[in-house]
Amino acid sequence: MNHNPLQWGRPSNDTYGQYNHNIANASVREADHQSLDSFPKMNTQQPIITGTSVIALKFKDGIIMAADNLGSYGSLLRFNNIERLIKVGSETIVGVSGDISDLQQIERILDELETTEEVYDNDGGHNLRAPHVHEYLSRVLYNRRSKMNPLWNAIIVGGFNDDKTPFLRYIDLLGVTYGSSTLATGFGSHLAIPLLRQLIPYDVDYVKVTEEEARKAVENSMRVLFYRDARAADKYSVVTIKKSEDDPSSYTFTHEKDLRVQNQSWKFAKDIRGYGSKQQ
Amino acid sequence: MNATVASEYSSEVHSVPIEHRFNPYSDNGGTVLGIAGEDFAVLAGDTRQVEGYSINSRYEPKVFNVGDDIVMTANGFAADGAALIDRFRNQLKWYKFDHGGKKLSIRSAARYIQHLLYGKRFFPYYVSTLIAGLDDEGKGAVYSYDPVGSYEREQCRAGGAAASLIMPFLDNQVNFKNQFQPGTDGKEKRELRYLTLDEVLELVKDAFSSATERHIQVGDGLEILIVTKEGVRTEYYPLKRD
Amino acid sequence: MFRNNYDNDSVTYSPTGRLFQVEYALEAIKQGSAAVGLVSKSHVVLVALKRNAEELGSYQKKIIKVDDHMGIALAGLAPDARVLSNYLRKQAMSSKMIFNRPLSTSKAVLSIADKAQENTQSYGSRPYGVGLLVAGYDETGAHLYEFQPSGSVLEYFGAAIGARSQAARTYLERNLDIIRESDSVESLIVHGLNALRDTLSQDVELTFKNTSVAVVGKEAEFTTYDDESVQQWLDKLDSVSNARNRGDDDAGDADADADATEAAEGDAEGAGTTESSGDAPATETAPEDRMETDE
Repeated sequence: MNHNPLQWGRPSNDTYGQYNHNIANASVREADHQSLDSFPKMNTQQPIITGTSVIALKFKDGIIMAADNLGSYGSLLRFNNIERLIKVGSETIVGVSGDISDLQQIERILDELETTEEVYDNDGGHNLRAPHVHEYLSRVLYNRRSKMNPLWNAIIVGGFNDDKTPFLRYIDLLGVTYGSSTLATGFGSHLAIPLLRQLIPYDVDYVKVTEEEARKAVENSMRVLFYRDARAADKYSVVTIKKSEDDPSSYTFTHEKDLRVQNQSWKFAKDIRGYGSKQQ
Repeated sequence: MNATVASEYSSEVHSVPIEHRFNPYSDNGGTVLGIAGEDFAVLAGDTRQVEGYSINSRYEPKVFNVGDDIVMTANGFAADGAALIDRFRNQLKWYKFDHGGKKLSIRSAARYIQHLLYGKRFFPYYVSTLIAGLDDEGKGAVYSYDPVGSYEREQCRAGGAAASLIMPFLDNQVNFKNQFQPGTDGKEKRELRYLTLDEVLELVKDAFSSATERHIQVGDGLEILIVTKEGVRTEYYPLKRD
Repeated sequence: MFRNNYDNDSVTYSPTGRLFQVEYALEAIKQGSAAVGLVSKSHVVLVALKRNAEELGSYQKKIIKVDDHMGIALAGLAPDARVLSNYLRKQAMSSKMIFNRPLSTSKAVLSIADKAQENTQSYGSRPYGVGLLVAGYDETGAHLYEFQPSGSVLEYFGAAIGARSQAARTYLERNLDIIRESDSVESLIVHGLNALRDTLSQDVELTFKNTSVAVVGKEAEFTTYDDESVQQWLDKLDSVSNARNRGDDDAGDADADADATEAAEGDAEGAGTTESSGDAPATETAPEDRMETDE
């Protein structure tokens, strides 16, 4: 998937030529302003406020997911306090990149889902788990794309399967889904995936990875993304869900907020014009 | 009544023929292959899923046992493929409810899938669909479809990204196209015969390892579903991951 | 002659706080032949007695599969049950389709209860005339629920509905401990058939034609046994007739219920398919009548 949300869902340039944004932003001709209903209905043609990559990976006894807190308005860093990791139930996390208003719509949908779930599960024991949330979201996104009115997002759902093995799966605005032990949306699929796959070369290898190793890979990936993705910020959130040490049948869910990219090195910058070096 | 989309580049609107809307499709690569034998049928697919130059997943199966000893795949745009197979599975369930648990014949399944595909004739499922199983006489059957439901029964068919690489190979090796009896100076065709399961499996493995070499969207793993009168079984072979 | 003024519709209470239409619907269940359900730790078994309207006709379907992990047994108006089971099938399927998980038994039964309840509260509608035993195996284990047209649902270890079902309940109550601890499907089915056998009228016995059995449980898809395939279970019984019915005729309390019976029969005929014909009059027998001959 292309790293730039503005390019998602676009016809490919090789086939159709350069995309003309002026047409999507066109307005009704002045004279016809009265007859708006005869104007073709327009649905989302592009995201407005966007969030960049979500990255996630499995480890021995759980999953870890991270996303920064930035909401970009084109190239403007518009918001710096957007939480893009949504908790669903007690053991599932949904990481959303792409359009932030659609993210909030998804947040509401998931909230409603959780409420109905509680109403009907009156005797307990029926948990809404990650695979169920994932299937549901994939239906929502696929149905919306089929109405040519997409939710402009790429989403990763993390949690556990019914058999308590870690679950990680992706969905995007087209309804395309896939699973892997290492996942990333947007720019992360170019920059973070190679780093994460270095730790987990084969999907089954996640069982050899400790939480510490996974954590290190995430921190490293977030640093690289901050270096090279112009729409990334150095403030981010991490969610870790793992089997509890004392009671393997329950899970510990930790949501860390306002983390900073550590150990940044800008030594290279002093030699480059435009990075603020005084000489030249 | 005749409101039009206008812009300051209005001349461009008419002169530049560009697709201009949200594009609801993508190409997720991968390739699939079905071969029918005398008393068996196989349906195979690689397990790589791509988008552009990125590998989404190295193991995302796309050939499924949908029940009643029918195996199915819909290769192309992954979301449509999954949706089509889900819809077929559901309908198969209703078929069983409505007909007292009767087994759906591959012939009926084939016709039904045509309707599923043609039902979306003007917003098609962007997939090449294959199903395989045994017919009423116990003979292997493979049916192949275009995206809008045109279908036929064949001895073998490749679909997806590397179809054009694999299909000529199959023509030659399964239907003995361009093969002649030795010593007849190319005048007498080689006689057709059914291949054994072992021969077919070797062909499938060769087809996929060759496609992996030549096509960037093919690789990682090969999953083969084999239908015999004993039922459906699955075999997996690794492919190159580069 | 006494005329009940409070049973013209299901939105009017009687001065004593009763909804007669709903109560008549409950009577319609008793007109149907019996269905019995019982649960062990890991399995649920449904058994039911099928009736045929006439010798030349086929037997009524009593057990309906809803999904691989769920099914129902019915007593009362079969067409109503078909509508409800179709609804359940759709619910089960959309649960699989939308959430990728099997429909939980409790959710399933609550969904039809909500449907039934609406009919007890809207003018011009008729409550469902059927009772269901819903058997399911889900992530919280094996479950058996009884559904009533009033919209009430309760979970049971053992339950019986339909004609003379009190006899089956009595059997289940007495054998509850064995049933709960039973770890073989076979013994569960045998107990179910024993209970069902107690509901038979004197001239009837369990045959492979009139008996339906269904099992669902741990690693066992919902499977029904009918006709030839049910014989294997009947072979495991010591007797296929109701031993205790010999001699004592059950007068029952038919007279007291005449009013209700009439109304329920009217409904049944209107629906075109009735279970309550061609057989001995289906009346509820007072449990005491049969207890003294038990064992």
